[in-house]
Amino acid sequence: MMLLPCPWCGPRNATEFRFGGEAGRRPDPASASPEEWRRYLYFHTNPAGWSTETWYHGAGCRRFLTVERHTVTHEVRAARDTATGTTGEGIS
Amino acid sequence: MSILPTTRRTATPTSQRLGHRAGEVIDRSRTVSFTWNGRPLSGHPGDTIASALAAAGERVLSRSYKYHRPRGLLTADYLDPGAFFQVGDEPNVRGAHRLLEAGMAVSSQNTWPSLRFDLKAANGLAGRFLATGFYYKTFIKPEPLWPLYEKVLRTFVHAGAITPDPGAAYYDKRHAHPDVVVAGGGPAGMAAAVAAARAGASVMLVEEDHQLGGHLRWGDGAALARLRALRAQVAAQPGIEVLTDAVVTGRFDDNWIPIVARSLPGITERLVKARAAVLVVAPGLIERPYVFAGNDLPGVMLSTAARRLVNLYAVRPGSRAVVMSANPEGDAAVADLEAAGVEVAAVLDARRQQGVARAHGRGGLRAVETTDGRRIEADLLVTATGWTAPTSLLNQSGDRPVYDQAAARFVPDPDRMPANVLAAGGIVGDGTVDQLVEQADAVGREAARRATGGSAAGTVPGLRPAPHPELFAAGTGGFVDLCEDVSAKDITTAVAEGYDSVELAKRYTTVTMGPTQGKLETVNAVALVAHATGRSIAETGTTTWRPVYAPVTLGALAGRPREPVRYSPMQPWHERHGATPLVAGQWIRPEHYGDPAAEVTAVRTAVGIIDVTPIGKLDLRGPDVAELLNLLYVNKWSKLGVGRVRYGVMCADDGVVLDDGVTGRLGEDHYLMSTTSSGAATVWEWVENWLQTAHPEWQVHVTPVTTAYASINIAGPRSRDLLSRLTDPEDVDLSADAFGYMNVRTGTVAGVADCVLWRIGFTGELSYEIHVPASYGLHAWERLVAEGADLGVRPFGVEAQRILRLEKGHAIVAQDTDGLTQGFSAALDGLIKLDKDDFVGLPELRWQQGRDSHPRLVGLQPLDGTVVPPEASQILRTDGSIAGRVTSSRMSPTLGRAIGLAQIDPELAEVGTRVTVRLPDGRDVAAEVTGLVHVDPEGERQRV
Repeated sequence: MMLLPCPWCGPRNATEFRFGGEAGRRPDPASASPEEWRRYLYFHTNPAGWSTETWYHGAGCRRFLTVERHTVTHEVRAARDTATGTTGEGIS
Repeated sequence: MSILPTTRRTATPTSQRLGHRAGEVIDRSRTVSFTWNGRPLSGHPGDTIASALAAAGERVLSRSYKYHRPRGLLTADYLDPGAFFQVGDEPNVRGAHRLLEAGMAVSSQNTWPSLRFDLKAANGLAGRFLATGFYYKTFIKPEPLWPLYEKVLRTFVHAGAITPDPGAAYYDKRHAHPDVVVAGGGPAGMAAAVAAARAGASVMLVEEDHQLGGHLRWGDGAALARLRALRAQVAAQPGIEVLTDAVVTGRFDDNWIPIVARSLPGITERLVKARAAVLVVAPGLIERPYVFAGNDLPGVMLSTAARRLVNLYAVRPGSRAVVMSANPEGDAAVADLEAAGVEVAAVLDARRQQGVARAHGRGGLRAVETTDGRRIEADLLVTATGWTAPTSLLNQSGDRPVYDQAAARFVPDPDRMPANVLAAGGIVGDGTVDQLVEQADAVGREAARRATGGSAAGTVPGLRPAPHPELFAAGTGGFVDLCEDVSAKDITTAVAEGYDSVELAKRYTTVTMGPTQGKLETVNAVALVAHATGRSIAETGTTTWRPVYAPVTLGALAGRPREPVRYSPMQPWHERHGATPLVAGQWIRPEHYGDPAAEVTAVRTAVGIIDVTPIGKLDLRGPDVAELLNLLYVNKWSKLGVGRVRYGVMCADDGVVLDDGVTGRLGEDHYLMSTTSSGAATVWEWVENWLQTAHPEWQVHVTPVTTAYASINIAGPRSRDLLSRLTDPEDVDLSADAFGYMNVRTGTVAGVADCVLWRIGFTGELSYEIHVPASYGLHAWERLVAEGADLGVRPFGVEAQRILRLEKGHAIVAQDTDGLTQGFSAALDGLIKLDKDDFVGLPELRWQQGRDSHPRLVGLQPLDGTVVPPEASQILRTDGSIAGRVTSSRMSPTLGRAIGLAQIDPELAEVGTRVTVRLPDGRDVAAEVTGLVHVDPEGERQRV
């Protein structure tokens, strides 16, 4: 089971988190076409490589995190609090 | 039942126990009694079941899996395919590993119809079913014969008997965070553990066998001296936890390492979940069997098996032996056998092209036929033809072993291993004990350095695999896989039939798929495939070694499951008053108190109280709460005044209904949100998600208070009378003018301060929902019951509430909606405000309304009011196609007829439309579409 480096709690088992999928930008609801909106809802790049994802540390600090993870090696090169940008440097 | 082989039916087994051996692990001062197929036998503490049987002269220990051939000891360790036993009610016990215990009832497996049964007849009968690839060939056609096939096969392949009674077995789990896990407790593993611990690392040293030491244990005097020294170092070194009779079963991401440990006091098995900074893989080498005709006869065994039997258990493995040796370990076996008084009739030196061609015998070895045509009478044939590196844990770390032809084995490729995995000892290469220890010592220090971030990297001396002749099969037939009864001919046949890759041949023949998981068989199978295809072994490659490294019991995986259960503070009262429990997610709540219809009537005519504590409650504070509510709910919230509550529905961005509930404004910047009971956790996360990822600039603080309050709904025409007896009008004025419908107040109830009261109407009656600080919940409930006795108060459960809300046509999210139901299909037309700038789900709902082709939520009444269609009954068009389904359905005590809600296609959704409902038993009943509200459509009852 992989570890995720929570910026608040340190490295934790992935089972403490809920995977929130690829981080995406919500289109403007006033102007978005159905195609744009459904691309946001349903289409993901699903790369075999680096992916920017949302993880929710539900069994920990209950913060939403933006994580850059390599989907093949599970290497994480960046993890920050989505709202505050905190990277938690030095927590281990 | 006797288990004597057919050829020795009249012989009496005699003791094969030798005199004292320097390295023996048995305690001769004590005797352990057990039974073998009902017959009393004895051994000593320290004996395995199999060594005790061998000491008693038993040579046939089992019948094989498919052909029911007699089998004896092959490896005399955990892997031995000939020593799977039933012990009491535990099947498939590894008899050459499990220690003997007093009173064990041991019996052989796969003995149908008995060990006396004529072998030839069994084989003939089996042949019809057990050809190469029989799993695929025999059972494809004709299909109707499947049950027969199954019956026949079950007779052939019974691998022990299980009991549904868990008995006294006790399994548990433990989490561990060692710096270093060392997998394997031989000389290399011990040296690596000591070195890592000396360098400051915490170390878990895991050994499959019952003692540390690996091959030193059955070695000569020098090896035993070395063994004592290394064990003393381990024992003296702080920071090492030793787990024996334990196995590392896999290596997962970031060194998540499951270890199954046995032989713990009072515990059957323990699953240790270790998260290690560094894993050191030091399993040593596994001796590889040699494939030749008759290689499965009892009396044919590996050199390590013979040396274990002689040196660890003081058992004479035979009386007249032939030894085929290709390495120093085989030569040492010759010396050990001679020292044990075994007559060594011939030593066949494979390094000089001598070897075994065939073994002869029935029920046991009688003679060995050599490649140069000699026939030597013997009851023991020992082979030492090479080694297999058990690279499973390295494969699971990303390594791919490469074939080293000069050494005749696959070796790890260190360049492909991640930084947090190291290999030590024989799996890497060969050497003297000194060289193995020196390399492992350096690996241990390096492991500690990587784990604890210490000093600069040292150098790890290499170990090169020693040259060894390539010896896999004599070309005379024989078995490749003794677990699965796969013969050399099966492999050749599979290749001839087109299964010419090793992965295909494996699946077709099931070679390596038995309990030994290929540890004995894989390389021989690869060599046979290579030979049959004309490719090299390197080109053929090996199969993938996946987790788990050793079979794991379901008990070890399950451990001691603890499902959390939640109760309201009123649960003791419910239990005392005959509540039928309902499991609702984690909550246990009263479904009813015996008569749900009477509970409904009480609410409609007098007053009822229901425990609604599981309703989700979120305390929201801050200047931007209204903005948040406007975003999450489909309706408008900016004008909700203090002291008011409003009903709201949430959708997701795909427009699908997510949750509903009422939210009240308690103060200028203070709101209390309620959610469905099952949605409490989801909505909390949902709220946090939008606050944290979309609007971090909003000032809103969310506190879940679901269990901080006990919640009671008081419903019915007399609810105001009842509640007024527990409140002070100076504090909370319940009069209709002062506290109107959809209002909220805070105050004291039943003497309890800081209660929240809101006037809402899920049941359609005048009703108040009170939220009492949880520790006073039972007190408030009991006061309501006592004060309401003369008003006819009656507790009601979830079932009565479901009926009451159905009579009022209130939809339940996830019952009357599903994962595809967008807002306009949930009768929310009046609630959804498409003119808002934004809310979650807005674009999809706008488009849904524009399409106007969506299913509608409608009321439904069967024309025959006595028929209650089960929920999920289908609604049919006249042509028989499905136009919808019944989502809620009950007998209404108030109306005395069946009522329901339904999801239905728009062309049938007009009130008054006649539709056909198909019941699960196939009958059709006529029904009429109605308005959603069956009782009091004008809502007069709840606004009094």
